[in-house]
Amino acid sequence: MTAQPHTDPLPASREREGPAGRVGEGRHAAIYWTGFSVILALLVIAPLVLPEFWRRFLTEILIWGLLAMSSDILIGYTGMVSFGHSAFFGLGMYGAAASLTSLEPPNLWLAMLFGLAAAAAVAGFVAYFSTRLRDIYFAITTLIFSQIFYVVIFTWTEVTGGENGLTFSRPPLALPGLFSVPFTSQTLHWFVVAVVTLSYLVLRRITQSPFGMVLQSIRENEPRTRAIGYPIERYKIVAVMLSGLFAGLAGVLYAVQNQFAAPDFVFFLVSGEAVIYNVIGGIGTLVGPIVGAAFFLLLREGLSRFFTEYYLIPVGVIFVAMVIFMPQGLLGFMRRWLNE
Amino acid sequence: MEFLQTIPFDQLLIQTINGIVTGMILALVASGLTLIFGIMDVVNFAHGELFMLGAYFGVIVLGATGDFWLALVAASLIIALLGAAIYLTTLRPLLGRDPLTTLLSTFGVSLGLQNYALWQFGPVARKIAEPFTGHFSLFYLDYPWYRLVIALLSAAIIGALWLFLKFGTFGIWIRATTQDRVMAQAMGIPVPWVLTVVFAIGAGMAGASGVLFGPLVGVNPTMGLDWILKTLIVVVVGGMGNLAGSIAAAIFISLLEAYAALWVSPAQAVIVSFVVLILTLLFRPTGLFASSAK
Amino acid sequence: MTRVPMQPLLAVEDIHTYYGKSHILHGVSMEVGNGEVVGLLGRNGVGKSTTLKAVAGLVHPSGGEVRFEGRPITRLPAHRVARLGIGYVPEERRIFRLLTVTENLRTGLDRRGVTTAKKKELLEKVYAYFPVLAERRSQAGGTLSGGEQQMLAIARAMMLEPKIILLDEPTEGLMPRMVSQIREIIEVLHREHVAVLLVEQNVPLTLEASQRIYILEKGVVRHHAPAVELQVDDAVIHQYLGV
Repeated sequence: MTAQPHTDPLPASREREGPAGRVGEGRHAAIYWTGFSVILALLVIAPLVLPEFWRRFLTEILIWGLLAMSSDILIGYTGMVSFGHSAFFGLGMYGAAASLTSLEPPNLWLAMLFGLAAAAAVAGFVAYFSTRLRDIYFAITTLIFSQIFYVVIFTWTEVTGGENGLTFSRPPLALPGLFSVPFTSQTLHWFVVAVVTLSYLVLRRITQSPFGMVLQSIRENEPRTRAIGYPIERYKIVAVMLSGLFAGLAGVLYAVQNQFAAPDFVFFLVSGEAVIYNVIGGIGTLVGPIVGAAFFLLLREGLSRFFTEYYLIPVGVIFVAMVIFMPQGLLGFMRRWLNE
Repeated sequence: MEFLQTIPFDQLLIQTINGIVTGMILALVASGLTLIFGIMDVVNFAHGELFMLGAYFGVIVLGATGDFWLALVAASLIIALLGAAIYLTTLRPLLGRDPLTTLLSTFGVSLGLQNYALWQFGPVARKIAEPFTGHFSLFYLDYPWYRLVIALLSAAIIGALWLFLKFGTFGIWIRATTQDRVMAQAMGIPVPWVLTVVFAIGAGMAGASGVLFGPLVGVNPTMGLDWILKTLIVVVVGGMGNLAGSIAAAIFISLLEAYAALWVSPAQAVIVSFVVLILTLLFRPTGLFASSAK
Repeated sequence: MTRVPMQPLLAVEDIHTYYGKSHILHGVSMEVGNGEVVGLLGRNGVGKSTTLKAVAGLVHPSGGEVRFEGRPITRLPAHRVARLGIGYVPEERRIFRLLTVTENLRTGLDRRGVTTAKKKELLEKVYAYFPVLAERRSQAGGTLSGGEQQMLAIARAMMLEPKIILLDEPTEGLMPRMVSQIREIIEVLHREHVAVLLVEQNVPLTLEASQRIYILEKGVVRHHAPAVELQVDDAVIHQYLGV
């Protein structure tokens, strides 16, 4: 059947298409950067005004937000739902742990290096096997890979500490030869803010680059993208590795913050939580997942005070309701609401 | 390989039987999952939780009536109804959309159900007493009759399912809807009802498996997690939507794991199933046991 | 052509359908009387199949109304529409490939209120009309040839004891010998007082078999006339179909 190009009889809609967060026209850009600066400022001031508990809580939100943001590259931009992020996160954590337990003196940057390397290796491994699969099979495969790593870590007690995990001391913030100062809760928070903000800016830049455009076109219409001539598998592999790197970075931050590594974080449920943050916050927005993480963690914290036990039940219910009624997530919902 | 000779033949035989027993239960659970996927493209993440809740309701009914078989039937029915309810509230609204939303939805449901069980029943494991004790001598071991009965019962239930699908109007409706949902509707088949019933059947089978498996290990809120993993592997290896394939894959993988348990700890034996999955995905991604037709 | 005095069996009133943002049907209206054979002609992509789907309930119009025996059926789910007595034979036949011929027929046969005796009677009637299907009754639908599958698709719709059958391009991809068989089948349906709404690319066949013709273009009905008129004056045909 011949394809006739049909003219769209509807008047050009005022709804702008394209990924959320992609602003660049005059007024919108100004609003965006203002908002960005305000939030950044708030995050920086926060540790000075918040009590200790909430300070740590905020830091944790950022770390989980980074994890969720990394998975947004796959879910939101490339259209691949992955349950493998716990592996990347966990290996980042354990990589950092390895460096911090074996090297004297404990070095922050080496910990990051080890963590990122471990996460990248795992991501490459997972990418190789799973990117050739589509949709559901990809999701299932990544899930099973998480479990493979979980079992290995759980049972290889000599190296990974098995069920109990590893504990270690927090490395100082150091530039070799220049200074070395141990982290305080505040400076650690700022460090995390810096890392997460930087990661966000880098990821944002990437999603707006030609590479990012190709990823989105894969999400929109994979067969057509392939037909145009893009080597889909290679793009997907890079996407997975990129995602894995930032997830691993989150893992490193977590290790540094909490000074332990445990197999629980490699269990696929952690990936599931990252996916939940994405859906709640709004996929394909980069910022959405962080909002989703904040919402979820605050909700959990709040509900745990009311329900004391098993607050995850209403959380689960809310999540399912959002999948059904608000699939564009909080951010998408807000955007609609603001546009009207 | 000479190291095979170092394994006593009797151990090998016992593990074979163990593998088949576990395999049959796994086949029962996997059949439900693959049936659901075949007809509506839904990967039911909550399937493990349906298994777990089946075991718990089995405990409750057993406690109230003392009758194992009544517990089996009752629990299966309750879980089937629960399945229908879950389908109607959380999956039917998503039918037209991207199948990945159903993955997310069932994942959320599984989270809720897991924690519900944790809340209602507590983290301590319960036990379902075997319906009858009694062993027969298998070499040096007193092998419990019960295990053989489970295998036979699972096989019977799967057989009943097969007969139901093959003959009978509803079976035709299910098969037609699986093959071409749109044309099934155009032929007057009440597809929404068929989908609900299939989900309920799949859930009921998971629930039954939970009760059957209960006496073998303790019943606890997290048992669903292990099983959803195993079940997913089985269903992918067998070919998604392929009933016969899932059954074959279930037995195959369970046997391999049982044999592996001769050398390594059970916790590590699961790696066998992971390896089988990876190999399947590399070389025969449509499923090891898949025929060319679905 | 006799005017139909009472309400038509099927009335399509000004329906609009969309596919995403594409506006496919821009207000299509037509009628089919009891036992009539009505042809729907037009180029590829004008919305002929979509019209049939809208009647069958497989596509829900966003505007307009579809009435069957006077009652609106526009919002009914497809399986209820089928049970009211509207049979649908799609393009590409779409028989159930893994079901046997008998099982295919049973998808339409196994309805509430149909006695076993009646089922037997219907089966025998259809096997009498299509002996080839009787021969292959235990074979899987996917093993049948193209022509046989087309017969099965029509026979399957007949199992619903429909008052009207929607036929979408039944002769597509068939050999000329089979095309005349389709012509005969339409004749049989007409004799049995089953109305037919026929979408076809084969213009001569359609003109012969139908009483009235609608011509569709870009989602609207452009012309409506008795078939005999169009057989004589084919300028219109040239204009809209370019044949």
